[in-house]
This record gives sequence, C-alpha cells and structure tokens, in this order.
Amino acid sequence: MSASSAFNDEKGGSSNVGEPEYGHDPASGGIFSSDYKRHDDLKEMLDSNKDSLKLEAMKRIVAMIARGKNASDLFPAVVKNVACKNIEVKKLVYVYLVRYAEEQQDLALLSISTFQRGLKDPNQLIRASALRVLSSIRVTIIVPIMMLAIKEAASDMSPYVRKTAAHAIPKLYSLDPEQKDCLIEVIEKLLADKTTLVAGSVVMAFEEVCPERIDLIHKNYRKLCNLLIDVEEWGQVVIINMLTRYARTQFLNPNMNESLLEEGGGEKAFYGSDNDDDTDDEEDKEEKEKKKTEATAIVKRKPYVMDPDHRLLLRNTKPLLQSRNAAVVMAVAQLYFHLAPKAEVGVIAKALVRLMRSHSEVQYVVLQNVATMSIKRRGMFEPYLKSFYIRSTDPTQIKVLKLEVLTNLANETNISTILREFQTYIKSNDKDFVAATIQAIGRCATNIGEVRDTCLNGLVQLLSNRDELVVAESVVVIKKLLQMQPEQHSDIIKHMAKLTDNIQVPMARASILWLIGEYCEHVPKIAPDVLRKMAKTFTNEEDIVKLQIINLAAKLYLTNSKQTKLLTQYVLNLAKYDQNYDIRDRARFIRQLIVPTDKSGALSKYAKKLFLALKPAPVLESPFKDRDHFQLGSLSHLLNAKAGGYQVLPDWPEAAPDPSVRNVEVPEWTKCSSREKRKEKKADKPFYSDSEGESGPTESADSASDTASGSESGSGSEESGSGSESEESNEDSESASEEDEEEEGKKKKKNVEKIKARKPVPESESEPSSGEEVKKSEKKSKPRIGSSESESEEDEDSESESSESEEEESEEESEEETKKKKKTTASKPPSKPPKKENKKEKKEMSLLDFDDFDPAPSPSQVTPLNNFLSSSLVTDLEGLSLTDNVLSPTTIVPSGNLKTYELLHRITGEGLSVEYCFSRQPFSPDPHMVAVKIQFTNSATSEAKSLHVEDAKLQSGMRIKEFPEIEVLPAGETVSVVMGIDFCDSTQAANFQLCTHTRKFFVSIQPPVGELMMPIFMTENEFKKEQGQLMGMNEITEKLTLEEKCQGEHAVVQRVTTAANLSRVPCGSDKECRFAGKTVTSGSLVLVSVVTKEDGAAQLTVNCEKMVIGTMLVKDILQALTQ
Amino acid sequence: MINSLFLINPSGEIFLEKHWKSVVSRSVCDYFLEAKEKALEPEDVPPVIHTPHHYLISIYRDKLFFLSVIQTEVPPLFVIEFLHRVAEMIQDYFGECSETVVKDHMVMVYELLEEMLDNGFPLATESNVLKEMIRPPTILRSVVNTLTGTSNVGDTLPTGQPSTIPWRRAGVRYTNNEAYFDVVEEIDAILDQSGTTVFAEIQGVVEACVKLSGMPDLTLSFMNPRLLDDVSFHPCVRYKLWESERVLSFIPPDGNFTLMTYHVNAQNLVAIPVYVKQSISFFECGSDGRLDVTVGPKQTMGKTVEGVMVTVHLPKTILSINLTATQGSYTYDNGTKLLVWDIGKLNPQKLPNLRGSLSLQAGAPKPEENPSLNIDLNIQQLAISGLKVNRLDMFGEKYKPFKGVKYITKAGKFQVRT
Repeated sequence: MSASSAFNDEKGGSSNVGEPEYGHDPASGGIFSSDYKRHDDLKEMLDSNKDSLKLEAMKRIVAMIARGKNASDLFPAVVKNVACKNIEVKKLVYVYLVRYAEEQQDLALLSISTFQRGLKDPNQLIRASALRVLSSIRVTIIVPIMMLAIKEAASDMSPYVRKTAAHAIPKLYSLDPEQKDCLIEVIEKLLADKTTLVAGSVVMAFEEVCPERIDLIHKNYRKLCNLLIDVEEWGQVVIINMLTRYARTQFLNPNMNESLLEEGGGEKAFYGSDNDDDTDDEEDKEEKEKKKTEATAIVKRKPYVMDPDHRLLLRNTKPLLQSRNAAVVMAVAQLYFHLAPKAEVGVIAKALVRLMRSHSEVQYVVLQNVATMSIKRRGMFEPYLKSFYIRSTDPTQIKVLKLEVLTNLANETNISTILREFQTYIKSNDKDFVAATIQAIGRCATNIGEVRDTCLNGLVQLLSNRDELVVAESVVVIKKLLQMQPEQHSDIIKHMAKLTDNIQVPMARASILWLIGEYCEHVPKIAPDVLRKMAKTFTNEEDIVKLQIINLAAKLYLTNSKQTKLLTQYVLNLAKYDQNYDIRDRARFIRQLIVPTDKSGALSKYAKKLFLALKPAPVLESPFKDRDHFQLGSLSHLLNAKAGGYQVLPDWPEAAPDPSVRNVEVPEWTKCSSREKRKEKKADKPFYSDSEGESGPTESADSASDTASGSESGSGSEESGSGSESEESNEDSESASEEDEEEEGKKKKKNVEKIKARKPVPESESEPSSGEEVKKSEKKSKPRIGSSESESEEDEDSESESSESEEEESEEESEEETKKKKKTTASKPPSKPPKKENKKEKKEMSLLDFDDFDPAPSPSQVTPLNNFLSSSLVTDLEGLSLTDNVLSPTTIVPSGNLKTYELLHRITGEGLSVEYCFSRQPFSPDPHMVAVKIQFTNSATSEAKSLHVEDAKLQSGMRIKEFPEIEVLPAGETVSVVMGIDFCDSTQAANFQLCTHTRKFFVSIQPPVGELMMPIFMTENEFKKEQGQLMGMNEITEKLTLEEKCQGEHAVVQRVTTAANLSRVPCGSDKECRFAGKTVTSGSLVLVSVVTKEDGAAQLTVNCEKMVIGTMLVKDILQALTQ
Repeated sequence: MINSLFLINPSGEIFLEKHWKSVVSRSVCDYFLEAKEKALEPEDVPPVIHTPHHYLISIYRDKLFFLSVIQTEVPPLFVIEFLHRVAEMIQDYFGECSETVVKDHMVMVYELLEEMLDNGFPLATESNVLKEMIRPPTILRSVVNTLTGTSNVGDTLPTGQPSTIPWRRAGVRYTNNEAYFDVVEEIDAILDQSGTTVFAEIQGVVEACVKLSGMPDLTLSFMNPRLLDDVSFHPCVRYKLWESERVLSFIPPDGNFTLMTYHVNAQNLVAIPVYVKQSISFFECGSDGRLDVTVGPKQTMGKTVEGVMVTVHLPKTILSINLTATQGSYTYDNGTKLLVWDIGKLNPQKLPNLRGSLSLQAGAPKPEENPSLNIDLNIQQLAISGLKVNRLDMFGEKYKPFKGVKYITKAGKFQVRT
C-alpha cells in the first residue's frame, strides 16, 4: 500500500466517524508513528466497559477494513468482544471476524463456542447469523463443526435458517471438497424443501457443489417449475439456468422434425441471393435435392409430442419475461432460445428489446446475445429493427454491437432502410465506429447480391474521404468485394491504383497492391507503373506493404516479364538486404521460383499456377456465428471462451429418458404409452397441491373441481379427439388450479372462488334446462350422474384408441370417431356393469383423478359451473388455452360448452330419460346435417329394448338420419348415440317418435340458431373480403354494453362460441373479435364481429345472406354477451 | 459468484473494498485501470474484462465505477444487475450515490454490502428488508447518534419473518395513509435533418409512493390497458391477474418503488411535442461556421412544454463560440465542447432561437458530421400516449387512503440529426 493512500485512509477514517478524537491528533496522522499509536488507542477502547466506546472502536476498525487497510493486529482485542451483549458491537465484530479469521486461525477458534451457542438461540435471525458467520470463517479445523451445524440448520423450523444453511454449503465445499458426499445429502434434503425462500439458494448450492448430479432434480422438477414465479429474483436466475440444462438432458428436441428443414431452408434463403447470377441451375438442383431430403425427413419423422413437463417449464417461465430484473429476463430468453419450439421463441424478442433501454452495461450484454440469436433466428428481431438504430450518444462498444445486429438483420426487403442508416453513421466523428460501419456495409454487400453494386459504389465514393482511416477501411472492404467479381470492376481497380500516392495506412496500401497483383490482367498498363513507384519507396514501407510489393513484382514478372523484369530484379535485390527476415526469406523463395536458372527445380514451371491460382472469395462472417454453442447469457458466451466452472449445455438426447422419474408417487404401471402418460399426470396432482404446503381435503377437492371445469371450458371439444390438444387443455386447467393455490396473496380471492365453485352444484339442475324445459326441473341429478359417467366411459374408449394418432389427422378422425362411437354404443352395453364399478372406485379413491376425458365433461354439470366461476378464472383458462392453441390453426375450435336439452323426462318416459345436445361435429354420413347427440338413461328397474326412431313428422325439406336401433338398455345404464338432422337452415322443430319395445313417445328437437352452422376457417383478409360483399340488407349491427364479467377478449370469444358454432378468425387488432361459419344446409356464410370499445361498450355486426338467420343470431349473441 | 467489490472514483482511486470470499488483492484492479486509461470516455470501458485469474465486471454509474471480481462462470447480467442494485441502495439510503456519501457512511455501506450478499450470492436486496436490518440515517437520528453514541443498526432484531411478502416490511403504521402514482412517459425519438421521424417510441414507467398502514392489497386499473405493448413489473405484481384482466394487483412495498415499466404500442403514431429547425454549417475556407436553432411546439395536446433544453456535443475542432439566445441562457464548456441551451418554458407566440458563429481552430479541416441535438423537455399533466389510470382499489385494510395520480411526459433519448 502506498504511503499516500494510507494517509488518505486515515484522514478519511477519522473524519468519517465524526466523533471526538480520543487523544488522536489528526495532524500526527502520518504513517510512521500513529498506526501503532492509534491501534493502541483502539485496543484500549475495545477493552473498556462502555459499549459506546467499543462501538466507536469497532466502527473505526470496520472503516479501516472497508478502505482495504490492514487491521489484523487488532484481532485478539476484537475477538474478545464476540460475546458482547450489544447487538451493534456484535455485528461489527462478526464483520471483522469474517474478514480476518482466515489469517488468524488459532485465535479465531476462540470465538467458535459463541457461534455454537448462537446456533441454539430461539431467535431465528440469531441462529441464521451465527451459522452465516461460522460458515464464513475459512478455517479448516472447524470443518466438522460446520458440517454438523449445516446438517442441523437444514432441518430447522425457520425457512430463513434453512436458507442460510443452503448458503453455507458451497462455503464448506470450497473449504473442504472432501465433504462433498455429506453435502450432497444435505442438498438433496433441502431440494425437497417447499418454501420459495430456500429454493433459489439450494439450487445455487447444487450448481456449485454437484451440478453433475442431475438425478437429484427429477423429483423436485415440477415443484421448482411451479414455485419459480414466487422465488426471489436472484434465485430465479439460478434455477432457470439449471433447468435449461436439465431440460436439455431429459426432453426431446422440440424442433427435431424441423431441424432438417430449418437448416436447409434458412441457410438457403440467406446465401441463395449470393449466387443468383449464374448459378441458377445449381440452385435448382440443390433445391430438388433438398426437397428430396425434406420428403424423406417427413417420411421418417416420428410424431413429436412435447413432454408435459417440458411444456410446464416453458409455460411457467414465460411470465418472468416481464420481470424488472434484466438477469431474469435474459435467463428466460436463453431458456426459450435453447428449449422452445421454433414457433414459440419469438416471444422473447420484445422483452430483450425492452432491456435495450436499460443501463449501457445491460445493453452491452443483451446486444451480444441478440447478435448471436439474430443469426439463428433473424425473423424474431426483424420487427424491432428500428430499436437497434444508433444514437450519436451511445458508447462506441454499444454502437458496434448494434451495427452487428443490424447487419445480421439485413435482408432484401429492409436493406435499403439499413443502408440509409449506415450512410448517416459513416459521417460520425467516432472513427472506430465508422470503420465498423464500413465493414458492416461490406458484409451486407456480400450477403445480399442485389445491393452489391450500390454498396461498392458507395464505398468507392468513400475513397475520396478526407479521413485516412475511412479510406483505408474502405479499401480493405472493397478488396474483399472485388474478389467476388473482378472482371466488371477494372475501373475501380484503376481508381484504387491512383490512391497509392495518397493513402498511408499500411493495411490499405497492402490491399491495393494485392488487388493490382491479383488482377493485373485487367489493368495491364497501370500495374507496371504502380510497381515502379513502389520500387522507389520500397525501403520506407511497412513490412506488410513490402511483402505485397514482392508479391506484385512476382505476379507481374510472370504475366508481363518484358516490362517488369528489371523492376522485379531491383525489388528482389532490395528485399534481399531487408532487416526483416520474413522479407528476406520471401525474396529468396520467390527468386528461386520465378527466375529461371539452370539450377531451378521442378517447381518453377508451376510458378504461374502457384501465384495466379484462382482464389476463393472471402466469406464475411459475423463474429457471432456459432457462438450459441455456449449457453446464452453466460459469461462464457460473452467472452467466447469457456470460463471456469462453465457447465456445457448438453445436446438433446436421441431418445427421451424415462419421464416417470419426475413422478413423486411411484406409479403402479410400468409400461409407457401415451395413455399412461396421462395417468401420470393424475398422480401428480396431489403432489402439486401438497407442494403448497396446504393439503386439506377441501383444498384438493376444490382443485379437482376447478380442474374439471377447466378442462371442459379449455377445450370444449372433448369429442374432437385430437390427442395433443386435449392434453394441453388438461394442463391448462391444472395450472389454473395450481396457480390459485400457489399465490398466497390471492387467498382471499381464492376463497371467493371456492364459494363460487361450490354454489353451482345444487343450482346446476335448473340452469341447463332454462327456457322451454323449466317445467321438468325436478330432481334428476341421479340419472344425470349416471349418464355422464357412461358417456365419458365411452369417450375414453374411443379417445384412448385415437389418442396416439397425430394432431393433423384430427379432421378425419372425428368422423371416424363418430362411427366408432356408434359401434361402441351398439356393442358396449353388455360389458358395461363391471367397468362402471371400476370407475366408481377410482373416483372415490382420488378426487384428483380427473382427466380431460374423465367424467367431468358431462356437459350438463359443467356448463353452469363454469358460468358461476369468477370470470377471471374463466378468462385465465381461456387465455391459456388460446395461447397454446394459437400455434396450429386446426386447433382453433369453439371453446364454448355444449348445452344439453331435455328430450324426454324420466317421469313422462316411464323411467327412460333422454337428453340431447348438439355435438358440433360434422355429421359424417351427410355433411348437410347437424349432428345431435342423444343420451338415453334407463332409470327404470327393467331394461328397455329396441330403442329407435319412428314416424318423423317433418317440415318440407327436413330430413333425419336416424341412429341405429339400440337393442337393449339395461336398467341403470346410459348410452348415447348420434343422429343427424337436416333442419334446412330453419329453427323449426323436428318432430318424431321415440320408440321402445313397449311405448312410443312424441318428442321434438328444436335447434337454437347458433347450432345451424358450422365453423369454417378463414384468414383475416378473406374475412374482410367476404364481409365487404355482405353489406346492406345482409348486415345487422347492434350496439351493446358488455357486462363487466364479459369484458375482455377471451370472455367475448367464449360467449360467442358458446352461443353459436363459429370459429375464431385471426385478427390483428385485439379490440375486435371475428368469427366465421356457414350454415349447415345451404352453406351460406355467417360472419360475426364484435368490436369492443372503452367502458364495455361494444358493437356487434353479423353478416349473413340469410337474413332470418342473421336476425336470430344477433339476438342470441346479444343475449349471450349481456346476460 | 461475486467475490469482491471495489468502488473506484473517476481518477482511479479505490476507496472501498468488500470481500465476500477469500480476500482478493486490490492489484487485480490494475487490469481495469489499464482499460480505463485506454477508453476515451468512462462509458467506453468494457463492462467485462478477462484477466488471467479473474473476470472483472464493472458498471459506471453516478461517476463511480463499481467493480466486481468474479472467479467462475456466472451470468454477467446477474452481476451487472446486482451492482446497479447496490448503487440504487446507496441512493435510497443516503439520498444520492456519490463518492463523498459513501466515504461519509463507510461503515454503514460496508454493513449493507455484508447483508446484501452472502458468500457472493444475493441475500437481501429488497430495500424494505434491508431497512429493517439497518436503519437509514435521518437528520434527527444522526444528531441523536452523535450525542448518544449509538448507531443505525437496528437495536432489536426483527422477529417477524417477512417470508410471505419479502418486499414489504411488517408492522407499517402511518397516521396519514396515502398512495401516489406518477405515470412518467418518455419519448425516445430520432428525427432526421428534415424533421421526419426516423424512429419514435414511448416508454413509460409508473412510479409509486405508497405509505399505507398494515397489509394493503391494491388494485390499479387503467382505462385503456390495451395501449400497453410490453410491460415489466415489480415482483409484487401478480402476473396472472395482469394477463387475464389487465389490472395491476399487488401488495406494495413500503415507500417509493417502481411499480411497472411499459412500452406503448403505437408504432409510428407517436406525437412529437416539439419541432426543431436547425442549421449548422461550417465554411470550407474560413475557419468558422454558423449555428441557428429554433425550437417550437408541435403536438402538445394543448399543454405547455416546459424545461426545454438543447444539448449539443460540438466537434472537437471548435475553438470558441459566440451565440445569442432570444430566450433562456446557454452555457458552453470549452473542455468538453458541450453546449447546453436551457430554454425553459416554450412560448408558442415567440419561438426561442439561438444563433451565432462558431470559430474553428485555425487550419483544422471542416468537421464532417454536424453534431446532433439532444432535446430535453417535460410536459406536466399529460401522458403523451393517452394512458389513463382508471381507479385504485384497496382491499385488506379498513381505512380510506388518500390517492393521487400524476402524469408527466418527458423527452427520453430524443435526438435530432443535423
């Protein structure tokens, strides 16, 4: 330490504390005497009885430490005070101990007993701080004590102490790596901890001590995912980074099917423009080959289904993109970049661009990562191009990075804007930045063929710039560009030859000389003259220039020896006596090679080939290319070099490891099938609710009912049977119910929801039959339960068969399924009773057993339930399902619920009750019919036989496709069938007789107008076009005020799709919801749009050729939206 | 994680050091000081420096360098973000973050650092939690402290563990319960020579000052939340409710905090409140040039534009300037070549103008690029995006709080290219 700094320190020390100067004259604060004097003084104070004196002394000592001054000689005096009663003194003594214990190990041991006592203190904070200090004392001899203390603290009641224990683990590990095994045990124990306070710290300990023990994470994976949002920010970063690695080892690459296409396709678009001049044929060939490989790839590929745990991770990290902490945002961004399916990665762009407004250091790091990402996924950042524009006030390093990103983002469409920006940058006063800009222009020119000439011209203009650095940089870049097509640009070469008189920057001179030498055939007259000039100044040139002069001479000698022979000789002679041995070497070598002598070897005849070989044009690449093999956001990525302790991001496994390792309860099944996977999820549920530490029976029951309603509203399309979709919706509902439990702050709210969720159960009976069937609203819950069960039973059967098939097939599948359903109905009844028992048992066993195809879907029960849920939850679920669905348009299905109507009451039907609902599926035997699903429940004591339809009394044009006769319906059983009715696009009722073997019942089915249509898929533009054609009489507009619960896009969508069988049309504006469908019989278009305004005002527009339908539909939707 | 922290002033003096693991010699800073020497501006010092045994990650803030020493892999943003938190904490405790303040409160800063990190891993970074451990100084207390010789360390250990709501301290009591929200919007823009907007966006922030007793649960809703394109929240905000209902529901920390920041979704429709007519020219032959700048109101929504200030970094070759301003006053620092014209309130009737001559160093070539103008301004009682707070509801407590919302529009990085 220098004398002056010591002096400063001391002065600062006394002034800082600002206390009376205990016999210490500031004037004598020299280095020689007063150190000892003052320390004596401090010792005295420490020994005194007064706490205030002790405190003062400690403060001065700590101030010394803070300044980096040595205060170690006070150790004995300080350590005595470790047991001081005064908390303030104690704290400062702790601070001192932590700093100097390592240097004074023996004395430090004196304090240990105090800490051991502290570890038993009733106050959790004292326990924690004792452990903190004890573990911070880096004295090897106390390792066993530390180990013991950590173990004890790991099972402390207070989460705060457990957190401190987690912190202590890496400290002990760095002190004594031998303890690793014991420490891993503690880590394992703490990983199972359920509090958010501990999670971050223990994962940090895990990362430092045993990052390779990925197996410890399995059991805690789901818990960590679910806790994540409530963990403190720093812990989030560590956990997310660890989970990224974990996911890379446990899940399959979500892009594996696309990876082939992506790499081929993406690269092609990028380089394709390079060689568009004369390589078209080649490209064609390439393309064909590519198509072939694509085709084979498609044939080969297995259906990829994302592991639900993988999805869980992606979903639970996404909201953290909104964190205020840049490190958290970056952590999520890298997680998405490394783990998410290609289509979903885009969400991170916005958040990263937001960080660009943060401190310049944050910008610096973010830009580095964006630069890497923008090479792989250019499209992601393209919309934010302007956010990377450079301000003159940006620090140079930021400017250069922004430039890098801009260059990466450049493509045919935006290149003109980018070049215009670059033009502004070239005028900057910051010369490093200008040089970087010129490089960037060069890269744009190589990558994008169309602008190559423009860029080249621009760069040539820069050659007349006054600033030499600019000129030099331009020369270097032009050289690279010219190499691509030298024939067309001999005038530029000539122009550059003239520059040799002026440019002094060696690199630029060397570049010009190289160009002239390389293309001396294009400038046969000038080249020898340049050589002549250069020969004159040879001795004064820089080394790289000299080398290029020799090269030029050699090349000219080979092409034009008549004119340049003497000059070459001269240059070579000069070089022979150069100071630099490289130059002497080069001269000797070249002389031997080109000047024919008798001794010259066999090589000289190849001289021309050697020197004038065609050189490949340089590829101007981004320095950030392929940097993504480092985990983004890491220090190693930033430095582009592996930092100590960096954990390599593993490649995706070929085959997914057993996913069941993450199950917390050991499942009894062993085989892995898709069906089993679903069941695993069931097993998880109790775990989730447990993880919140509140697993009362009511709690889980609640979550179950939430789940049930959630899965229903989430998909609303149970029968459509696309496997993956229903899986997703199931997850959504899971998360929703978890979330409720998770957020402790929302408890109050949750209670409200609980109440709401419970209420509907008794009310559910009257709700569905509102309207025409009020009279029948007697008790009938019993039959319904029965019916719902049997329905779902059958659903399950058909679904489980189909669940393996792919999503794409869902279209045809639904048809198949209806057929299947019929078969099932026909054949199932006899085998039912035992199964049903099974089912019941299962239900009782665990309330959490609900699945997407479980009893829950019984529409009659669920619809009202849903209505009673707080709209927030509904929209929550909606929102989730929508975000997940957005990916594939085929999954945009009406998310409404199926309303059930009564066809025949139990009493009038003498024990047979019949209900029907509109299943909203295409009726496969006749596409012009509306599919009506009919459920028979036999609540009589005897079995009903030969159920069939007879004697339909129909309006003209209406048709009925009867369901196949049901031969036997045993008592207490339920069966459902599908029949098709062509309503002729009218709401007239279809009347017919329902016959059993003994009786006939007159029944009628009257469709609500919303069921007379079926959804069609349209793009926004098509929608607008069609809407434009259906103006005037065909358009009905209504203003309305949305009910409070119904405000918000999701609520609107849900209500409209419940009211009418329409599909959502994607729409750019979020204030407008559009829906499209066509009538089933005539196929006329039905377009609905709801534009929401402020304060719940909204406007409903219905366009339909059939005015009657339009008017009725408006009425129905209005009612749905304002009810 | 973070091994050590050094605070370094612009002249390169290390005035505070704190080690969380084994002591790292301060000679490690030499690498940094070397890089600092090389850089023209303090901002140009690379934030991450690789030395043979350590990695140095530093930030430059409030004219101080916060330099941390790292030994193993750690996300750089993690460290940078933490260092900024340290600076914010100092600011929060002592009113400003500067060398003198740190030197005056050396012990307290040291203790705070001790609390903030444990073994290099962040322990308590929430100001509410820290303040419970170490009380911030107040004038009264510092007087009392000098007299009685006590310090600011809490004399009673906090017993309640704020584990459920880590950002809020327990047992808050106020006689006047009040909650104020400032909606501050900044316009970032680049205008080109002709005044066309090259790039413009609105960034906003909702700053809150909440002094409410007990455990209030607040819900803040906007009239037009759809304006908000991208948001980031204080950890207290419940993400789920925002996603589903577009309301901010939160249990606030005690005191001042940033509730949310947002980006407004209005790609090209940003109202630019002022226009700038400028001409800066240098003559090729003579060694001088002219400067003429006029600022006028453009789209101000009927409000007055205040605090207008034009900052110009003049080229290095300028020798002296001779300007006259029709309104406000200008200052010019010949060392940094920084011209600041403080206009004040913008009067639409009489537009402020600054004109005069610039003289260049003799023989120096004409500067190639005209300097760009950085504009500062603020408009009270206006959120330029039109964002409006609808209502603030409080649950969980019985009393009726006093509520207030203020809107301000400012210029952010508002640059006019010339």
